[in-house]
Amino acid sequence: MTGELASVPALEMRGITKRYPGVVANDHIDLDVRRGEIHALLGENGAGKTTLMNILYGLARPNEGEILLDGKTVQIADPSDAISRGISMVHQHFMLVPVLSVAENVVLGAETMARGPFLDRREASKRIAALAAQFGFELDPDARVGSLSVGQQQRVEILKALYRDAQILVLDEPTAVLTPQETDEIFVLLRRLADDGRSIIFISHKLYEVLAIADRITVIRRGRVIGDRKPGETTEAELAELMVGREVELTVDRGASHVGGPMLHVEGLRVTDERKHEIVPGVSLDIRAGEILGIAGVAGNGQDELIEALIGLRKPSGGKVSLDGRDITGCSPRDMNRAGVGYVPGDRHRFGLILSFPVYDNLILTSYYREPYSHGPLRDGAAVAESADAQVARFDIRVPSSNVATSTLSGGNQQKVIVAREFERPLKLLILDQPTRGLDVGSIEFIHKQIIAKRDAGTAVLLVSAELDEVMEISDRIAVIYRGRIVAELDGRTADKSAVGLLMATGGEANPAEEATA
Amino acid sequence: MSGIPDALNAIPVLGIVFQLVGYLLANLDSISNTTVAIAVPITLAALCGVLCERSGVVNIGLEGIMLTAAFVGWFAAAAAAGAIGTGTPSPFFGATLPLIIGVAAAVVAGMLVSLLHAWLSISLRVDQIISGTIINIGAAGITGYMYSLISAQSLVGAGQFEKYVVPQGVVDLPIVGWLINAVLSQGPVGLLTIAIVIFLQVMLFRSRWGLRTRASGEHPRAAETVGIDVIWLRYRNVVASGALAALGGVWLSMEQTGNFNAGMTQGRGFIGLAAMIVGRWTPLGAFGAALLFASVGGFSQSLTISHPTGNLGDLINLVPGEFWEALPYIITIVVLAGFIGRSIAPAADGVPYERESAS
Repeated sequence: MTGELASVPALEMRGITKRYPGVVANDHIDLDVRRGEIHALLGENGAGKTTLMNILYGLARPNEGEILLDGKTVQIADPSDAISRGISMVHQHFMLVPVLSVAENVVLGAETMARGPFLDRREASKRIAALAAQFGFELDPDARVGSLSVGQQQRVEILKALYRDAQILVLDEPTAVLTPQETDEIFVLLRRLADDGRSIIFISHKLYEVLAIADRITVIRRGRVIGDRKPGETTEAELAELMVGREVELTVDRGASHVGGPMLHVEGLRVTDERKHEIVPGVSLDIRAGEILGIAGVAGNGQDELIEALIGLRKPSGGKVSLDGRDITGCSPRDMNRAGVGYVPGDRHRFGLILSFPVYDNLILTSYYREPYSHGPLRDGAAVAESADAQVARFDIRVPSSNVATSTLSGGNQQKVIVAREFERPLKLLILDQPTRGLDVGSIEFIHKQIIAKRDAGTAVLLVSAELDEVMEISDRIAVIYRGRIVAELDGRTADKSAVGLLMATGGEANPAEEATA
Repeated sequence: MSGIPDALNAIPVLGIVFQLVGYLLANLDSISNTTVAIAVPITLAALCGVLCERSGVVNIGLEGIMLTAAFVGWFAAAAAAGAIGTGTPSPFFGATLPLIIGVAAAVVAGMLVSLLHAWLSISLRVDQIISGTIINIGAAGITGYMYSLISAQSLVGAGQFEKYVVPQGVVDLPIVGWLINAVLSQGPVGLLTIAIVIFLQVMLFRSRWGLRTRASGEHPRAAETVGIDVIWLRYRNVVASGALAALGGVWLSMEQTGNFNAGMTQGRGFIGLAAMIVGRWTPLGAFGAALLFASVGGFSQSLTISHPTGNLGDLINLVPGEFWEALPYIITIVVLAGFIGRSIAPAADGVPYERESAS
């Protein structure tokens, strides 16, 4: 690697301090990134990683400190300034326009021009194809971005950076949406980029990934640099402790399951979407009391529709669902709630919470109409507040008071509000859709423990997650969903991760040989 | 079952179809000429909408912008004529200095009203439907009131632009002559509209401005992260689009007629909005939709000018005349209802853009 020969770091951030009213987001942060290096920035949500990168990308101004590029102090005024200095950012939520083509997305803002006001589309396509080929992947410049897979879209984002000849590439949690196979591919690509002499800043809170890809790891906690490590000289446990500030159980001790009688029975469930396409052509599954069934699958393989049908948000077009021996096919969400079904939706902002409502109202969204919160048409404010305070204490929700708007809470605490609401009563069935999406290790640990506790209390748990590790860690059984069908069922304690990943990506039929060996 | 087919048999269906075709052929010239003319202000309104909505701002104030421009243009021209005299019409579409002053005033007025909409909806992030409604109601009220004040003084207008007269030799060309005549025998605004349609179609899909406009209307944050100033781009598009709707107003009060009347836009702004949707937010599509809507208007106008005779005439007489006047609006509603849901608006259309907070 040529980068290690150069003595001056490609990027140096010295003493960066950023204060917001009431908080110090970055407190004298020092960071240096060399040419050809993959530098991981590790920290919990809210630790200050994003603020630091926003400062680098010109989206925020530091109160103190300086930025040096190739040893020279620079002021970065705005994103276009950052781009012109060779800094590019791949955002966690892709900044791509779905209806535009790959080429249009790539050139946007840095257009290759023909005469006058017109774009030179041929030249742009040529350069894009050449760049893609140089780094070993293929993309049709004329394809609509909306029709691409998530992994391909990420490559479009990286192409955007390369097209602008980015020397410093910041990737914000790039693997959050990828399958294990796609993650491996992106790691290969990142290594190629680094070998080409570019610097990569890799933001993550996934420990094993950071250890797998980074040349150096900087850990940030509460706005400060806590440590600087090399992958060979550290362990996941040490990194987790640096990150959280205390010892963390990375994998919850799931203990032994005491499986009881059958609880949820689904037989030949069929679900169609709004456009009358049959998304779930027939799913059968059983979950017993005190058991966690994990559903692994790449997002968009019918998980959403399956859950919505189970919870009563969508009428199934066929099949049967019964809970504890009672037929509940096509019941309304409230019926399900009364039948003892708890539900943690995948998108907490859209379906789980009313963000503008205070915390105490969100805590009773499924029970507001019942005693003790309501007497007939009248609401009992005192009872609501009293129960809210108890829940806040019990589930360790960090809020100044339960009457602040839920939107002001961090993601982890918002998720705890939902968990508190759904877990607070005895349940027969608990349906969890990505219960820890976007949360930090501390919150994940807490929620996993709550799920295990619920299981031990005899609840049947259905866990759907795009996060394969999560499914592997806490499920008793794993069902792999592919194009709306359960293609395999494996034992949660013995399943092999790469085998599950392959089943997720191919459905198993395409590679019968590998499935047999798995 | 048997009653209805028997009754139908009594009507010579085939005969009426032939009569209709014959009538349309006989009146092809006048119907196609009125169709193109009626389409002009609808197209201009639709183009104004395309420009706004492609960049992410919903603009239902087209009607108000047009009406304001129609009034201001007419009044400025009349006032100028009063001050400096009408002068002799130039060979260029019979343009006079007061008329040109009127056009300039109308365009400025349209852009100012658009600026108001831009400020309300982009900077203050007011609900864009409310903002557009304010403009429509305000324009109708203010121009109506001002006009009633002025008409008491019996102000004489500054006249109107003349149409281009297509040489008779071209009109007489077989097959295409009538079409060339229909397209070209228009005043300056009408001819300019056709040029603007083509210009905007090319610009929107081939130029840097077009790409940035489309990106801002679909995913403004993505545009902002690659260094595009979305707020400034939306301001520019909305204000520039005001000039287009204003030309629609100019056409009404200075090209088609030489007068202003209260409420003279008669819903053309809203039909323009429908044309924009049916035309899938493209200039060419909007123009096509405007022509479609206008052709119904052309047909119903033709009915009043030269009423068909025979069975066809009898059949048409069965329906009150008001129905034919309402027909263009009915067709607009029917076509629009068929397109809504299938014609997909820019994703960020109508969503105020907030810059990433400095967090």
